[in-house]
Order: sequence, then C-alpha cells, then structure tokens
Amino acid sequence: MARKEYSFYPGCSSERLTSASNYMVSVEAMCKKLDVQLNEIPDWNCCGASIGYAEGGELPRHVMNARNLAISEQVNKGQDVVATCAACWLGARETKDRLAHDSDMLAETNEALREAGMNLQYKGEQEVRHMVEVLIEDLGYDEMKKPVVKSLEGIKFAGYVGCQTNRPFGIAGESFENPKYLDKLVEIVGGEPVEKYDQKVTCCGGALAFSEPEKSQAQIKKIIESAYDHGAEMIVTPCPVCQMNVEVYQGQINKRYGTKFNMPVMYYSQLMAVAYGGSAKDAGLDGQVIRARRLEEIAAKGAR
Amino acid sequence: MGDINTAMTEQYRNDFLKEVEANVEEGQWVKMCMQCGVCSGSCPLGPAWEHPPQEIFMMIRAGRREEVLKSDSMWMCTSCYNCIVRCPRELPITHIMHGLANYAHRLGLAPKMNPTRRFAKKFWNNLTKTGRVNEIELSVGLYFMDGFKTGIARAWAMKDVGIGMLKAKRLNPFGFVTHKGCKDKKGIHRMLKKAREIEDRRKGFAA
Ligand code: SF4
Ligand code: SF4
Ligand code: SF4
Ligand code: SF4
Repeated sequence: MARKEYSFYPGCSSERLTSASNYMVSVEAMCKKLDVQLNEIPDWNCCGASIGYAEGGELPRHVMNARNLAISEQVNKGQDVVATCAACWLGARETKDRLAHDSDMLAETNEALREAGMNLQYKGEQEVRHMVEVLIEDLGYDEMKKPVVKSLEGIKFAGYVGCQTNRPFGIAGESFENPKYLDKLVEIVGGEPVEKYDQKVTCCGGALAFSEPEKSQAQIKKIIESAYDHGAEMIVTPCPVCQMNVEVYQGQINKRYGTKFNMPVMYYSQLMAVAYGGSAKDAGLDGQVIRARRLEEIAAKGAR
Repeated sequence: MGDINTAMTEQYRNDFLKEVEANVEEGQWVKMCMQCGVCSGSCPLGPAWEHPPQEIFMMIRAGRREEVLKSDSMWMCTSCYNCIVRCPRELPITHIMHGLANYAHRLGLAPKMNPTRRFAKKFWNNLTKTGRVNEIELSVGLYFMDGFKTGIARAWAMKDVGIGMLKAKRLNPFGFVTHKGCKDKKGIHRMLKKAREIEDRRKGFAA
C-alpha cells in the first residue's frame, strides 16, 4: 500500500489531449516517486469553474461540485479530496464551505443530487485540498527532497503563484502578498528562485483571457516582463489556467507590443519529475508550447 | 424575461437594496460596506470598470437599479479574490459581483454583446452537455459565434496558438467526435434541471 492515498479530482483540463494534459503526466510521475496514490473519483464532472456563475447561477454550480464530493464520500471512503487545478479546488472548497454554513442550501443540494444516478447524498465528510497543500502539509519539504537525484542547478525560476491557489484560501502559514512555497520547491530541486519577483501574485486575467484578450494580455505581459527583468530563465506555476495563459499567448503579445518573449512556463510537478530522474516524457516536457530545452537536456542525462 | 424584470421592479418598487438582498448571491452583505474603497483599487482590469465594486455598492444603496444591472462592470471581474482578502468588512465581493452579473443576465438586462457574458454562457452549455468541458468544441464555437466570416478571421488570428497546442498534444482536433464526457449524462441533466427549478422558485423566477 502507498504511504498516502487521496481521492483525486483531476478536472477537465487534465484529460488526455487537453490544455493541461502535461500537468497530469508530471503529477503522475511525481506521485509515483513520492509513493502517493491518487484514486480518481469515478465519473467526476466539471466543477463549473469561476466563469460558471453567469449562466449556471448559484445552486446548479454547488450541485455540480457536490456530485463529485458525494461520489468521493461513497467510493473513496476516509480519504481527503485532492485537486490539481486551482479553479477546481476553489470551486469544490467553496461549495463545501457554503453547504456547511447553509442548511437550506444543503437540503436543496441533496434534493437535486437524488436526480442523478448512484444514489448520492452529500454529507461534507471529506476535506478538499490542493495538491501543493498536500505535498507541503502531509509530506513536507524534507520528504519531497529525498527522491531528488538530479539538480536543476543554474536555472533561475520565477515562481508565479497567481491568484486562485493563493486567494482566498491559500496555503496555511503563507501570506497572500508573498507566498514562499513555490520558491522553496524550486530550491528543493536545486534551482534558483527569483527572490523579489514582484508579479508573483498578479492575476493573469483568468477566464477573461478568452473573452477580453487585450486586457488580459496586458496583465500577462507584466508577469513575463518582470520574470525577464529579474533574470529568470523559466516561470514555474501551480495552476493550469495560469500556465496556459502565460505560455500560449506570448506570440500574440510579441505581435501586439513588439516584445521578444519566449519563456517556458512550467508546473512545479514537472521540475520535480525531472529532478526525481524522470525522462522528458515522464515530466510532460513534450507538452510545452515553448520548449524548456535546458530541462530536456537535464532529463536526457543519466542520473548522477 | 422582460416580464420577470417588470415583476421584480413592481415587487421591490423603490427598494433596490432589498431586491439585491433577496435575489443576488451573497446580496445580504451589501449593507455592510463602509465605502473605504480598498476593493476598487484591487481589480486587475481596473481601468475597464466603469463602476468599481465600491461604487456599485453605493449605487445599490442609492437605488440606481438600471444603471447597475445594465453595467458591464461586473463582467470585468476575473475572480482574482484580491478584494475578498483585503476588505476590512470581509464582504464576499467576488461572489456579489458574480451574483449581480448572473441576476442581470437572468433579467435580460445584461449587455447583450459583452464578450464575457457570451463566453460564460457558451462555457456552461458546453460543460453541462456531457458533464465535462470539450475544449475544441468550445473554442471553435467561440470563434464562430458571430457568423462564418468573422469566425474564420478569428480562428486565423488565433491559429498560432492552436497549432502550438496541437503540436504539444494539448488540443484534440477530433474532440468533436471523440469527446465522451461523463457516463451519467442523463442523471447530470436531471440533477441540473432540478437545481435550476429550486433556485428559480426561491428567487421568484418561476413562471
Ligand atoms: S475548472 Fe477547469 S479544469 Fe477544473 S473542472 Fe472546471 S473546466 Fe475542468
Ligand atoms: S492567476 Fe490567472 S489563472 Fe491563475 S488562478 Fe488567477 S486568474 Fe486563474
Ligand atoms: S473593501 Fe469592503 S468595505 Fe471597503 S469599499 Fe470595498 S466592499 Fe466596501
Ligand atoms: S475578484 Fe473581481 S471584484 Fe474582486 S478584485 Fe478581483 S476582479 Fe475585482
């Protein structure tokens, strides 16, 4: 048996051939080395994300999240729910909090849940946690360091935490203005964090990158520019929406502003997968739109 | 839709604050605002907000119903939660903004062409169809929502992004046919229908 087991909520963007499939690949490799087992919630559905409010309203959104949590309570008994996507985590956790404090809404939620299959009832038994939360709180930095066999020495990373992994819940013991955990993760794998990355918690525009591209790209530009200004070679992030927004629009930003951005944007789990001796494929490095050549080189070398 | 708007206007007459408290998500918090202005300086797309959150709260209390509900300001909210963690009165500002946008949308007062409103609608319809988001159908649907010609132009402008995602195997070009979604689609549809019914009843939307 694995040393830790969790009820896993992967979210839409982690499915095969979707925008964060490389995140998922690297999380799998990372968890294997850490002896952490993720038990996927069967037939999970989308959480509705932060943009779901406009058409979905209140109760339908909570019901979507409650279905996942109720299935988890039924099938993955006694385990905490873990999400890798900041938006999924936030959505599910907001539902949990809301239903804990509003008994009418809870009753209504269960009334709607009865219409779905599997005989579901939401009780609110399980915690809802983010993957980095679990890594830091349940395993700790020392344990995360143990499987490291390669150092990412000489690479400078700007730790871009973004919003939803950070606010309103965040990671216990960290500040909203300057959370340090991502920098610590970079240090564990031998990389160099940018000490004073002033755009660390700046919002990239989130879902509005789609609907208000000009306004969001102005935000994204600041985030990348500051990383360059501080001598970073790559950006690292814990959030699939951040990753996608900051990586894939660089070409458009270059056209609009005459910049020459070409900076890889990685997940923390990819750095860990490489440092733990994984191949480029294990770490999902083939899933970058802007390739991280230096990481590919390190991954290609035999373990030291 | 227009009928619901008329009914609500009559029911609440000159008391827009009361209407917000009854029908808008977390609306009961609005009266707690002490107009300090911290939230208004927190929005990432700040300059795009004609009426920043603090002002919206003031306008609600002043009964400026049409102005608030027809505004596109709430649609500029990126859900960044800056405001929530800073507000000295702990108002759930993000949710109130979402709630106002949703309410205006349900009443048919929200700006028709606001891109976020249209995106959000497509997004929700996309994810509820199978229970999970179908990214290719969503993106293509978005490009083409103003007709074929503009669609081609938009898709062309975005082609480098799309090609990058395809090459990185992060977009499924066959997703139109291969996307499966959840097994219990029917159950999810029934469940959402029920949830909508209950919410409409509670908020007085039911016919
Ligand atoms: S937030 Fe995004 S990734 Fe998470 S379930 Fe919803 S659509 Fe999928
Ligand atoms: S930084 Fe952007 S993508 Fe990341 S959580 Fe915030 S809004 Fe979402
Ligand atoms: S920060 Fe809070 S109290 Fe201050 S204006 Fe905004 S909502 Fe009102
Ligand atoms: S969550 Fe919305 S309202 Fe609050 S600061 Fe961010 S954009 Fe502004």
